Amino acid sequence: MPHISLNNLSISYGNHKVLHEVSVDIPDSQITVIIGPSGCGKTTLLKSLNRLLDLNDDVSVKGNVLIDGVNTYDPKADVLSLRKKLGFLSQRPYPLPMSIYDNIAFGPKVHRLTQEQIVQQIRDLEGRSFQVPERKNGAMDVLVESYLRLAGLWDEVKDRLRTPASRLSIGQQQRLALARALAVEPEAILADEPTSALDPLSAQLIEKQFKFLRNNYTIVVVTHILRQARRIADYVIFLYLGELVEHGPAESFFKSPKDERTRAYISGEIS
Amino acid sequence: MKVRRFKDSLATTFIRASLVFVNAIAFVIAITLFMKTRPILAKTTLSHLLSSTSWHPLRGDFGFFPFIIGTLEVTAIAMILSIPVCLLSAIYLSEYAHGRFRGFVRLVVDILAGIPSVIYGLCGVIAIVPLVRILGQALGSPTTGYSLLAGGIILAIMVSPVITSVALEVFRTIPRAARENSLALGITTWEMVKHVILRSSLHGIIAAIVLGFARAFGETMAVLMVVGNVPKVPLSLFDPAYPLPALIANNYGEMMSIPLYDSALMFAALILMVVVGGFSLGAHLILLKIERRGYV
Repeated sequence: MPHISLNNLSISYGNHKVLHEVSVDIPDSQITVIIGPSGCGKTTLLKSLNRLLDLNDDVSVKGNVLIDGVNTYDPKADVLSLRKKLGFLSQRPYPLPMSIYDNIAFGPKVHRLTQEQIVQQIRDLEGRSFQVPERKNGAMDVLVESYLRLAGLWDEVKDRLRTPASRLSIGQQQRLALARALAVEPEAILADEPTSALDPLSAQLIEKQFKFLRNNYTIVVVTHILRQARRIADYVIFLYLGELVEHGPAESFFKSPKDERTRAYISGEIS
Repeated sequence: MKVRRFKDSLATTFIRASLVFVNAIAFVIAITLFMKTRPILAKTTLSHLLSSTSWHPLRGDFGFFPFIIGTLEVTAIAMILSIPVCLLSAIYLSEYAHGRFRGFVRLVVDILAGIPSVIYGLCGVIAIVPLVRILGQALGSPTTGYSLLAGGIILAIMVSPVITSVALEVFRTIPRAARENSLALGITTWEMVKHVILRSSLHGIIAAIVLGFARAFGETMAVLMVVGNVPKVPLSLFDPAYPLPALIANNYGEMMSIPLYDSALMFAALILMVVVGGFSLGAHLILLKIERRGYV
């Protein structure tokens, strides 16, 4: 069973309908890219998965989103643990108002992980046992380092872990956000145009990191950059004016699109 | 073309002139107050004026200590009562409430902020003073109700709209990404508020408190009506007090035949101005320090 699947999902803001009856299964351990012109509901679809839509007033949601078989929109659903399963990167990164170190340690600390749980988490991540340093917070130090490495940021920040995260460049902030999201052990990463505020080199680093992570995480990326979709996608979902037009494995999607609108979008006739 | 250039230079001149004018007023007031206080400073020392508790204008004895203490205590009570409530309401409106409800409350808060202080004073006399009297009796300290506590409560009510609306504005300027990034970690709204929203807006919260403080410290009419106006150091919440603004408002223009009285009241005004100015400056320095640390 797929981790994430959508059934007849319709979403509207007030009277404005944004998504019409979208049904799709998001494949595990692959990069799924949601593409489409601006304002076609890509971000709404993404944020419906972890209920960040709740931050909006007047949203109404019909249909359901199943995460590991649990309907996210069930009134009895445990939203906090559902959100914890889905890491999230926003368009512009937001470093939490604390040090680089604390940005990573924040999630595990808020979720009150014990020393043993931290050690176990690092073991699961690294796939090997290791020596916990004797000093205070030794295990947390190792955890922070592991996730900074996983996000490809360690070498750039290892000498200034205690400086405020806001001093990092915006590209580094986005990788910090990735490390922070990974540190609460999600099963999937949702990214909302994660490179749109970044310079080309930083964008490349993020893409590289996604490709590196795809074996262990389900990754869903919203983008309006077609070339980016071609570079990273394993699976593509194409939305047009709130409607799911076509979805399928990247290769067949780009080589032999079935729908007229997909063809027009890929060839650049509509954007 | 010529006309347009002329208009541009005219506009620039006017803009500069207004700026100079606005800033000059502050200096003119400060200089005037200082000049006017010189007679009393020539007669007594500054430390005596600030620390003496004896207030006998007819004997030329001007001790400002009771007034200074009264002002500080009334303001402190007001801030202690209002800051937590205002911050919590602003948090509720910003993070929990529906947009329409927020809009409605904003309107109410703006109306509250615009009510003339004499009306707050009247409400204080009608409602707060009797309440404080009953409370005092219940707690075993008989009081007329015209007291430090009544003044503090009425001031707290008056500064609440200011602190609430500034704090709310500050919370709303925090980008959506802050909420999305933190909530996505699976934390509760309260954890987000505590660790992210409040920390990110430390700057603005301090600004809100400074604005509230400045308003409370200089507020005259409403406090004067409920605080009792007895020039003695208040020993309990139920004792009457006599804050500086009330002293000036009650006496200026009436007791001018007494030598040095005029100068003494000017001295009171100078203290008010210096304290409010100093507090703003202090807050500014704290902000600079926070900024240098770089978390906000």
